[in-house]
Amino acid sequence: MTPTGNDNATADNVTGSGSSAAGLAATLMPVGMEVNGMTVALSLDPRTTLLDAMREHLRLNGTKKGCDHGQCGACTVIVNGQRINSCLTLAVMHDGDAVTTIEGLGTVDDLHPMQAAFVKHDGYQCGYCTPGQICSAVSVLKEIAAGVPSHATADLTATPTVTRDEISERMSGNLCRCGAYSNIAEAMVEVAGAEA
Amino acid sequence: MKAFTYERATSPEQAAAAVAGRDGAKFIAGGTNLLDLMKLQIEAPTHLVDLQDLGLDKIDATRDGGLRIGALVTNTALASDDRVRAQYGVLTRAIVAGASGQLRNKATTAGNLLQRTRCPYFYDTNLPCNKRAPGSGCAAAEGFSRQLAVIGTSDQCIATYPGDMAIALRLLDATVETVMPDGTGRSIALADFHRLPGDQPWLDNTLAEGELIISVTLPKPIGGRHIYRKVRDRRSYAFALVSVAAVLHDDGTGRVAFGGVAHKPWRSEEAEALLPQGAGAVVERAFAGAAPTDDNKFKITLADRTLASVIAEARS
Ligand SMILES: Cc1cc2nc3c(=O)[nH]c(=O)nc-3n(C[C@H](O)[C@H](O)[C@H](O)COP(=O)(O)OP(=O)(O)OC[C@H]3O[C@@H](n4cnc5c(N)ncnc54)[C@H](O)[C@@H]3O)c2cc1C
Ligand code: SF4
Ligand code: FES
Ligand code: FES
Repeated sequence: MTPTGNDNATADNVTGSGSSAAGLAATLMPVGMEVNGMTVALSLDPRTTLLDAMREHLRLNGTKKGCDHGQCGACTVIVNGQRINSCLTLAVMHDGDAVTTIEGLGTVDDLHPMQAAFVKHDGYQCGYCTPGQICSAVSVLKEIAAGVPSHATADLTATPTVTRDEISERMSGNLCRCGAYSNIAEAMVEVAGAEA
Repeated sequence: MKAFTYERATSPEQAAAAVAGRDGAKFIAGGTNLLDLMKLQIEAPTHLVDLQDLGLDKIDATRDGGLRIGALVTNTALASDDRVRAQYGVLTRAIVAGASGQLRNKATTAGNLLQRTRCPYFYDTNLPCNKRAPGSGCAAAEGFSRQLAVIGTSDQCIATYPGDMAIALRLLDATVETVMPDGTGRSIALADFHRLPGDQPWLDNTLAEGELIISVTLPKPIGGRHIYRKVRDRRSYAFALVSVAAVLHDDGTGRVAFGGVAHKPWRSEEAEALLPQGAGAVVERAFAGAAPTDDNKFKITLADRTLASVIAEARS
């Protein structure tokens, strides 16, 4: 499961070439979504994951493919306000949904506060996991504010707060091979403090 | 992934009929387990029936003081529900001990109950596995079995049910409500929902072909201290080696169920009656007849120590 980010390496998964042995010709299906505020209309093989739809069809290459099996978080995007792993869901399941990828959070000239905090605190080295980390980090602060409990929440009937334990538990679905974890947590603490 | 066709179901009855009426059709809910297995061609459905439009995403109070949880309620929504947090804390604790935030946002109540085993040989299509390829043999019998079951096993399969949520649901005496392809319904006690592998290890549960889960019902709250303790190889985002779900009362009585040890949530009502005598007595009774391997016999000691620490926590 080497992260490649290489179009050729992933194109196979989109077309599933050579795997229509079941005799079923892949029938394309229409999928309409709002991606980063723009309305998009695609025609997709039902096998296309939301991740491949973003990368291969919309050329939004910010979202990364690490494991393709829900184990690393590199593919994290925000769908209808909630972070999910885009590798473990089909694009056709998201007809009518609103998707935000790293490209939709901020731009080079107008960084999202979490992107700016990652830069300031060195929240990455190679950067491969970073788009997923940032989509997750933004969502984690929203989940805490909305009162969603976690394994690190001591009192289930109280509103959770932004602590180091809460951050590392809630970010555990985002792996970083470069080990930028503590700097990512610093960035999140700063953004949470600014919001509070 | 093998090619498949896709539809969105419009009613529970239509969904059940759509799956029953077609060879190789399957339901899809969150997709977090099914798609994972489809990518590995361990599952290869030819048609997917998506359940997201059925309106089964609500949690309603029942007339006898319990809760009816729609099959499509996400793990995050269920764990966050105020009634669940206050009165069925062990259920929230079990859910948030599982998977990751991203996965719990997508994973559903029914899909979670139906998640398949994490036996490494079930995932390795080059090796024999009676669950994946009936009759091919069991690679785990002579292989690495550290994660696998210690009780309720058969010589055909020693896999575990890997989930967390179901351990709490078993403890709380939940029931599973379904709709059959002919439109009739039934209710299955969680105790009878998952099977032991026996000589049909490919069957994880007692659902019929095309039978659709529409809800899971909790009886009225039972009070007590609610604890879920999960022991795993890393602190988060890993499956249980052993887990203990418990509701303990001040007089020392209570309920206890174990995860990570069998092909189903493991609860013995006879064993939990011994709770006032301490963890040792409960574990000795609950694991009587266990058939662990050399690799996984540590799980019984671990279950004992984990329960002891749960009891100590409840008393503190
Ligand atoms: C990396 C990783 C780590 C994980 N860690 C944990 C963990 O620590 N603890 C844990 O408990 N789980 C863990 N999980 C598993 C996760 O909880 C399950 O994948 C999830 O709960 C499945 O729910 P779903 O809705 O996505 O199911 P789906 O994948 O949509 O469906 C699963 C199965 O259920 C069937 N199905 C779905 N809905 C219905 C219905 N209403 N009626 C009848 N059949 C139905 C489908 O046909 C399919 O066979 C992990 C998963 C991953 C990928
Ligand atoms: S233990 Fe069960 S799932 Fe694992 S290899 Fe044996 S038959 Fe397959
Ligand atoms: S690519 Fe690793 S979780 Fe999706
Ligand atoms: S910055 Fe390299 S993997 Fe996280």
